[in-house]
Amino acid sequence: MELFENTAVELSRLLRTKEVSAVDVVRSFLERIELLDPHLKAFIIRTPDMAFNTAKEVDNRRIRGEEMHPLAGVPVAIKDNISTLDLPTTCASRILENYIPPYDATVIAALKNVGMPFLGKTNMDEFAMGSSTENSAFFPTCNPWDLSRVPGGSSGGSAAAVSAAMAPLALGSDTGGSIRQPASFCGVTGLRPTYGRVSRYGLVAFASSLDQVGTITLTALDSALLLSLIAGYDPLDSTSLPGSEFDYTDDLEPDIKNLRVGLIKQHLSADFDQEVTDAVLKAASILEEYGAEVQEVSLPLTDYGLGAYYLIAPSEASSNLGRYDGVRYGYAVNGENIEDMFSRTRGEGFGPEVKRRIMIGTYALSAGYYDAYYLQAMKVRTLIRNDYKALFNDFDILLGAASPTPAFKIGEKTDDPLQMYLSDICNITDSLAGLPSLAVLSGIHSSGLPMGMQLTASPMQEIMLLKTANFFEKSRDFSPLRPVLEFSEGG
Amino acid sequence: MKYEVVIGLEIHLELLTRSKLFCGCSTAFGLGPNTNCCPVCLGLPGSLPVFNRKAIELAVTAALALKSEVQINSRFDRKNYFYPDLPKAYQVSQYDQPLARGGCLEIELDKSRRKVSLERIHLEEEAGKLVHAGESIIGANYSLVDYNRAGIPLLEIVTAPNLYSGHEARLFLEELHSVLLYCSVSDCKMEEGSLRCDANISLRPAGSPTLGTRTEVKNMNSFRSVEMALEFEAKRQESILTAGGSIIQETFHWDEEKKHTFPLRSKEESSDYRYFPEPDLLPLVLESSYVEKLAERLPMLPQEHRLKLLDQYQLKVKEAVLLTRNRELGDFFETAAVSYSDYRNLINWVQGDLLYQLRESGRDLKKIDPRLFAELLIMVDDGKISRPVAKELLAEMVQTGADPGEMVENRHLGLISSRESLMPVIEQVILGNPDAVDNYRQGKKKALAFLVGKVMAVTGGRADPAELNRLLKEKLK
Repeated sequence: MELFENTAVELSRLLRTKEVSAVDVVRSFLERIELLDPHLKAFIIRTPDMAFNTAKEVDNRRIRGEEMHPLAGVPVAIKDNISTLDLPTTCASRILENYIPPYDATVIAALKNVGMPFLGKTNMDEFAMGSSTENSAFFPTCNPWDLSRVPGGSSGGSAAAVSAAMAPLALGSDTGGSIRQPASFCGVTGLRPTYGRVSRYGLVAFASSLDQVGTITLTALDSALLLSLIAGYDPLDSTSLPGSEFDYTDDLEPDIKNLRVGLIKQHLSADFDQEVTDAVLKAASILEEYGAEVQEVSLPLTDYGLGAYYLIAPSEASSNLGRYDGVRYGYAVNGENIEDMFSRTRGEGFGPEVKRRIMIGTYALSAGYYDAYYLQAMKVRTLIRNDYKALFNDFDILLGAASPTPAFKIGEKTDDPLQMYLSDICNITDSLAGLPSLAVLSGIHSSGLPMGMQLTASPMQEIMLLKTANFFEKSRDFSPLRPVLEFSEGG
Repeated sequence: MKYEVVIGLEIHLELLTRSKLFCGCSTAFGLGPNTNCCPVCLGLPGSLPVFNRKAIELAVTAALALKSEVQINSRFDRKNYFYPDLPKAYQVSQYDQPLARGGCLEIELDKSRRKVSLERIHLEEEAGKLVHAGESIIGANYSLVDYNRAGIPLLEIVTAPNLYSGHEARLFLEELHSVLLYCSVSDCKMEEGSLRCDANISLRPAGSPTLGTRTEVKNMNSFRSVEMALEFEAKRQESILTAGGSIIQETFHWDEEKKHTFPLRSKEESSDYRYFPEPDLLPLVLESSYVEKLAERLPMLPQEHRLKLLDQYQLKVKEAVLLTRNRELGDFFETAAVSYSDYRNLINWVQGDLLYQLRESGRDLKKIDPRLFAELLIMVDDGKISRPVAKELLAEMVQTGADPGEMVENRHLGLISSRESLMPVIEQVILGNPDAVDNYRQGKKKALAFLVGKVMAVTGGRADPAELNRLLKEKLK
């Protein structure tokens, strides 16, 4: 077995018992990246020198007998919208192509602090706006299970990297499904934590009230390990939750007996791929088999949720992206006057989907429309929160699909933004409610593609999601669990 | 037709915090461009704001001092617009849920007092500063931006449209200025831009209940220029209305050199700031006990101080107003008054020679000790020193804080009043100025003053004036 095939938990064990060095681990993943990434294009930039330097330092410290964090020496890939000191942070946009931040995001500082080598920054939809990573200004990323298909998005690069064993762990960000949908398309585990559990300081804002940094990993245990490192109150983020530390436990033994599970009716829709629905139903029956109480529940506002989301997120985005004006950093085009400079810079620097959302958001916030659009959407958001609150009086966990279909073809939905938006229908309502939500592999589609299911819990109950996902990982009776990738050396 | 001028003011003041509203950067004035900046106040991608508690404390204190109703629940919003001095392309401000509502401030008119109502008070962040190549914003080839100022906490105070002349606007600002200084919430330096004032001004037929079309006047950099600009703008509007024209709603810039207002933009754009609640900050919720505590800690305000001065020292209103321009001057007077009971003479010295010396030397009251100031006056009253000597000593006291008693002793500055000392000088002066002596003897009284002056010059102002007059007249008989 190659080193790159291991989970983070296993790598951690191998490193701690000194069976392997951090340099060995880094080398294994970097070679894997070198072999595969020319085909998959999951990375915008690779950082081999930095990774080796960190690995060497970790090895030296371990030799000196220093106390080390379990993740010391375990490499990680980072979505390119998370601010990294002295490393480009492009958000896959022309407008930030040459931007190098002078500071680390809080989560990045946490990873550096324990000595996690950075493999590189991963591809994404521009400013995290999209569901396929095709909105990257640089290139699309391919799904490791089928290179003609998308990896999902917007954290498509991170999901593809973990799926293809180019990284054992990755950071992503989830605004309206951007971790969970690509995780399900690539057959890996994607966790969107409770809003406020992980600091947003340094995460380039798309929609501030929805954005959340999260993990993309192979297993629930790996997620738990990484979450324990990045979760916790951050005084630099006013929306950060006090007391949100997450204690990693290697005991994720699920307590399925008497677990109260709500099966979301709207995710069993006839519009969904039948096999996706069947996989969810099968998961429900397995839970019942082990003593859980499963009951169908309704989230009647799911459709309105999508509409509300596509008003709230673009509204905030239109404001958040105003700063890219060519004055201080990033792409800049000279103009006849200041307005001309602004419009040329933004006209050339942003891609079509970003422009579309800026226009939607600008419109929704405009005088005379604010009440009808933004304010109305916020009311829907409150109703959705209330619906969830009521459900969590009676249920511990909600179960549904992570996406209506498995991965679609590259180019299949690029001409139809509405179809693309519908791809996130399963992920949006819990984002609006700020709830923790996790996507995990539910089965293999007849097409050979992975399918995902989604688990949602009440605020701060990530442990419930991780335990249940861990249970499913153990009870799997299908294969393969990872994509089969065959490329000869040198492509 | 007779027109009535109606003015409303929008005042911005920088709060006296050490760090900015949302980050730890210093608020110091006058440092090298773009040296007081960090990812937060530069609005770098991914940065987030965190409240400065001190700014909230100062804002609430100011609101309480202005009798504005502090809101337990308020909220921050984003005001979106593009401008190079605005690093995030939005200003974090308060829109429909301000920190405080209402309020009032009394101004002293010639014979009466009037309450000026306030609409609201809110907190927001300061923008950066544009430096234009060339003379002004118009016709500049390029502009540079300094973000040192960006993110400094600003308090915005909006008055109701109930000021009725440029002069009243000035009185209001002066009173507001002293209230804010008394509370130590801002240093209120108009010339450094830490206090700024924009005005809306319109005219209406006297007695009409509805407001006319208003113009906005900006760039008024002193109390005097506020008064001048608004008087100018009122006249400009009046001449248009009198000629049968109508006022166009636009923004004017006050030109301090040319003493007139000129339109800033050719056409007024209707700006839509797309306000919405700032998602990066939680709503501001104040404990009522916190507000009560700040209310208890509120210092004495100028008006109360004035009443005390009027009552205790029998000062005139104008004198009391002068003494309460800032807390220090009033306190100075009161401390001096502890050991000097001729309040009339004290106030005359304070508003005359003391303020003159402060203005001349560009000093404040930090050096000079009010007790020593009282001592100086006592020495004059007791005939130990002459007034001219006292003035010279005062000039030095303002600059160095020196003790006048010591100076008199060390430099032998005491009054010369003995016949033996004065007579030789008088004789010498009479010999040296025969023309003046002749003139006096022919009945020109002015010639006496000339000769007194000569003696004073020779004695360095130390001659006892009464004795000198007597001896001089005697000698000239």
